[in-house]
Amino acid sequence: MDFDLTDDQKLLTDSVSKLLADRYTFEARKGFQKQPEGWSADMWNQFAEMGLLGLPFDEAYGGFGGGAVDVMLVMEQFGKALVLEPYLATVVLAGTALRLAGSEAQKSAILPEIVGGALKMAFAHGEQSARYDLSDVQSTARRSGDGWVLEGAKSVVLHGGSADKLVVSARTAGERNDRDGITLFLVDGDAKGVGRRSYQLRDGTRAAEVTLSAVQVGADAVLGGVGDAYPVISRVVEAGISALAAEVVGGMDKMLDVTLEYLRTRQQFGKAIGENQVLQHKAADMLMSLEQGRSMSMLAAMMVDEPDAAERERNIAMAKVGVGQAGKFVSQNAVQLHGGIGMTEEYVIGHYFRRAMMFDHSFGDTAYYLGKLAAQVQ
Amino acid sequence: MDLRFTPEEIAWRDEVRTFINENLPPEIRERMRLGYAPTKQETITWQRILNKKGWACPGWPAEFGGAAWTPIQRMIFTEENQAAPAPELNGFNITMLGPVLAHFGTPEQKAYFLPRAANLDDWWCQGFSEPGAGSDLASLKTAAKREGDFYIVNGQKIWTSTAHHADWIFALVRTDPNARKKQEGISFLLIDMKTPGITVRPIISIDGSHHLNEVFFDDVKVPVHQRIYEENRGWDVAKYLLGNERTGIARLGKSRANLNFAMDVARNVRAGGAPLIEDPGFRQRVAQLQVDIKALELTQMRVIAAASKKSDGKPDPFSSILKVKGTELLQATSELVMDTGGPMAMPIWASELNALGNEPIAPEWAGYMAAPYLMLRAASIYGGTNEIQRNILNKAVLRL
Repeated sequence: MDFDLTDDQKLLTDSVSKLLADRYTFEARKGFQKQPEGWSADMWNQFAEMGLLGLPFDEAYGGFGGGAVDVMLVMEQFGKALVLEPYLATVVLAGTALRLAGSEAQKSAILPEIVGGALKMAFAHGEQSARYDLSDVQSTARRSGDGWVLEGAKSVVLHGGSADKLVVSARTAGERNDRDGITLFLVDGDAKGVGRRSYQLRDGTRAAEVTLSAVQVGADAVLGGVGDAYPVISRVVEAGISALAAEVVGGMDKMLDVTLEYLRTRQQFGKAIGENQVLQHKAADMLMSLEQGRSMSMLAAMMVDEPDAAERERNIAMAKVGVGQAGKFVSQNAVQLHGGIGMTEEYVIGHYFRRAMMFDHSFGDTAYYLGKLAAQVQ
Repeated sequence: MDLRFTPEEIAWRDEVRTFINENLPPEIRERMRLGYAPTKQETITWQRILNKKGWACPGWPAEFGGAAWTPIQRMIFTEENQAAPAPELNGFNITMLGPVLAHFGTPEQKAYFLPRAANLDDWWCQGFSEPGAGSDLASLKTAAKREGDFYIVNGQKIWTSTAHHADWIFALVRTDPNARKKQEGISFLLIDMKTPGITVRPIISIDGSHHLNEVFFDDVKVPVHQRIYEENRGWDVAKYLLGNERTGIARLGKSRANLNFAMDVARNVRAGGAPLIEDPGFRQRVAQLQVDIKALELTQMRVIAAASKKSDGKPDPFSSILKVKGTELLQATSELVMDTGGPMAMPIWASELNALGNEPIAPEWAGYMAAPYLMLRAASIYGGTNEIQRNILNKAVLRL
């Protein structure tokens, strides 16, 4: 057991932190949000230059051969700055699918493009009626000649609108909730038959509803084995949870800092409101929640590559619950301790509040994972 | 960064577990599993077994019998011992007085008291709190007046756990009532409980048990050579002691043992035509507690990892997180145990109920379910209340 970062990891954290402090101010972010894609192409190129887009990929594909802890460190910094760019969608979600299931040809063709910043991707798996159930896939793919034809609809696809390529799940066999019979396909974002409605989520990041009508893809579009995608989808979601958990920890860290600064400076009844013990204790509760959440985020990062599937799933579920509850506690109290100003769009805290709120609804909420853990009690 | 135990750490955990399984008397383990606090004799028996093995005072310097374990090894030992469940090492002897003696004691004090403390030949208790000095400990008033080679001690201590078992008490007393600051006139004395003038009066706590006492001092003569460190510098000793008290403060092994016991009972009682363990509401509570235990387990590892890198000897303010969250878990898990008992958590003691007839009528676990719940309300009060812990976090980290 050790909690030490390597020198490379410290350097990584420092350089990302510095870049964001210089370039990703709250004001700058407002500008990025107004750009057509809802994020900054310039920042994306900066991430590519720093090597962030190649972080978890093998050196053979131009990557840096990093692991989940490296991604955690970057995501934590992203969380502090509320980064809008499609890092999770491209590098973590689609990237994990490619790493785990991609053929040599697919990886050689796509990963270097991601690493260089030219190719953005999205993971088009969720469907409106599936809620959080990963095996509930009703979109279909049927064989047609050498290739496949896809039909269906995907919902709340993170950064689906700006993605050059989508990783799409579709049922190639079995019934609606079967784990067997789901297959992943690589589909160009502008392929014929792909419809995309891009919109903002509550926190200002982008997602899309994607429709697939008679979308034709070749045999080489299949990612992994036909009908075998469920375990890959699970692993992609686990990697997503781990990365997002770190982002929420970064956000909580920032929320606590901003709140402490406010408590020190805001005067009422002739003194700083932070001199009131009831507020000091509330802030101490926020600190405790943050640190418990940080511990759980570390757990998730450690478990992403755990080979024992049951152990991995159980620990990721615990981390999702722990970080979700911590995020809610810290963000709700951050708004409360600010009073009225915390309710305004122009002030920073509400933006972090909404980011934490998105986490709870991504990849399964607290009730969903607590239910899973409860079912194991016997 | 790697949060998993190393193969060496896993081997150590297995070694500890095997030793406990092979050497802990089964009757002690079973009584504790059913929620009884260990008796004085049970604690002595187990500590002597551990002392023979060289495991009774692991944190002491090696020359006094310490085991030179890493902080992680210590954590593993503490948790395996709590989860067994086995009587915990007498904390007054091992985590409080021992390190103080090793650090501040004279060669004579060390040579006489340390081996006896390790073997529980002397049972120690702590005379700190007074009726007017709780969280504000430095306001204590018990007076020690120097007369030749003796101090004459007069005053009262309260909340003194196990004073009725104790052979000795270490006490903070006021030796200079005129000191500029109240922290400056205090000394640290070792007092034989058999000395004339000492009266111990029981305080029965809300669990119906006798853990706590008042201790009265009426012209008690204490030889000056039983003072630790310099006169009027006892506050330094107390601060050192309270810093050591914080290791193992999360008591996660105990919370795990509570949770396991609740689940054991829930497999054997029925609710709505099925075992209680299948009830969705019960399962949900267990799952939430498992999550909270896991989070604290990791936070504790982070604090321990940081401690093994620190050399300034100052307590880590993050141990206040372990205290608050750890005691909340002790309370929540003991509450679950009580709730698992259902109506059979209401009889005061199952033994009384069973004694009313020829045949026992209550299940063996009944009637003990509520006692830990009641007693553990104290967990967020002793060792610095959880509100004081939040003050510490504010002072050291938040700085509001």
